[in-house]
Amino acid sequence: MRLTQGTFSFLPDLTDEQITAQVQYCIDQGWAVNIEFTDDPHPRNTYWDMWGLPMFDIRDAAGVMGELASCRKIYGDRYIRISGFDASHGWESVRLSFIVNRPANEPGFALERQESDGRRILYSTRAYAAQLPEGERYS
Amino acid sequence: MAATLMAIPPDAADAAPAAPGAPKAVDLRADFEASGLPEIFAQLDQEMVGLAPIKRRLRETAALLLVDRARQRFGLAVGAPTLHMSFTGNPGTGKTTLALKMAAILHRLGYVRRGHLVTVTRDDLVGQYIGHTAPKTKEVLKRAAGGVLFIDEAYYLYRPENERDYGQESIEILLQVMENQRDDLVVILAGYADRMDRFFQANPGFRSRVAHHIDFPDYGEEELLEIGERQLETMNYRLSPQAKAVFAQYIALRRGQPHFANGRSIRNALDRARLRQASRLFQRDEGPLSVDDLTVIEAEDILASRVFAGTPDSQTGDSQAGDRGTPS
Repeated sequence: MRLTQGTFSFLPDLTDEQITAQVQYCIDQGWAVNIEFTDDPHPRNTYWDMWGLPMFDIRDAAGVMGELASCRKIYGDRYIRISGFDASHGWESVRLSFIVNRPANEPGFALERQESDGRRILYSTRAYAAQLPEGERYS
Repeated sequence: MAATLMAIPPDAADAAPAAPGAPKAVDLRADFEASGLPEIFAQLDQEMVGLAPIKRRLRETAALLLVDRARQRFGLAVGAPTLHMSFTGNPGTGKTTLALKMAAILHRLGYVRRGHLVTVTRDDLVGQYIGHTAPKTKEVLKRAAGGVLFIDEAYYLYRPENERDYGQESIEILLQVMENQRDDLVVILAGYADRMDRFFQANPGFRSRVAHHIDFPDYGEEELLEIGERQLETMNYRLSPQAKAVFAQYIALRRGQPHFANGRSIRNALDRARLRQASRLFQRDEGPLSVDDLTVIEAEDILASRVFAGTPDSQTGDSQAGDRGTPS
């Protein structure tokens, strides 16, 4: 099951050229660009691991793309996303976030039902991949 | 550059695998006008005194790049040109200022995407302990991507006397990027001529990757005087006629002394003259000052300089902090 999180996630995967254009847009808006990765695809997993520091003082997308390439080299089998953080007053938040790398095989999620008191049912989702320990999930 | 219309001979255009819709002829002149370069060159002529060989060289480089671009439109394959440069010359000859102009020129011609200049020295590239250098250098390269990386006093990167120096690591990363990411950034190395020569000898990889070696001549006395006057003009000062004659004398004397740093020494001398003018105005008690009093630098302000007493400024503790002295 294809993971749909963040912007553009219902489109086909972005090409490097398209990613470069999006990153350049973030830079032109003055946002700090971050590269983050994870192997836990659960939608409530908000805080992914960061690849390096946020990139504040970069003028051209080539610098970010170089970092993305080195991140892919090591974590190419995980989800990688790029986010643009707007530090301006009143926003102070992520303005754009999109997935730029995903594992070859995405097994999807299981729906778990738990019966509780009074035959009430509690639902939760669990990624099949998350059954394995961290780091072994997609390799 | 040549102002003529230039058309590619028809046989050349036929022989080449012409791109579909390729034009039959190119108007280089119109290209030149459209690129916005004339303004930059006009600015250059206006703002920078002397440096005739450098200006000619810049025009030649711009012409080459324009022609390369025109050839591309005919499908005449040209590899991405190597644009890395080395600027050699004595202190204060305008290397950094010119690097800024170069970034603008390359940007107008579309050889760098953003046209910003990132100025670094050894401190910014080389770390203090093992494993510190590579991230630092890469950080700088990331910042410079799409623009021009100006490495001032580049020969400090290589320290042969210390074999465990981390400069070598930085050099290797730089060389790799200069080769593989030629369309991402242009590197300009700058420094004093003799030390740069030694640096290139010790690092042949650099020599072959740097296509343009530009040598900055020292300024003549008249040029220095003009530079001084322009600097004063931007600060809304001017020299009185006597002061101008004295200042010309000052330049002739100062040039013969050690630690002369061309434009920078002139700026420092004028800063000191302004200081003396201020204290002269402060001490006199002839009633209110006019605008003229405040703007004119008199001969006595310059004559008070220690250069006329026969001792170099730098040896008597007069402020020379801005000067980078001659190689020690």
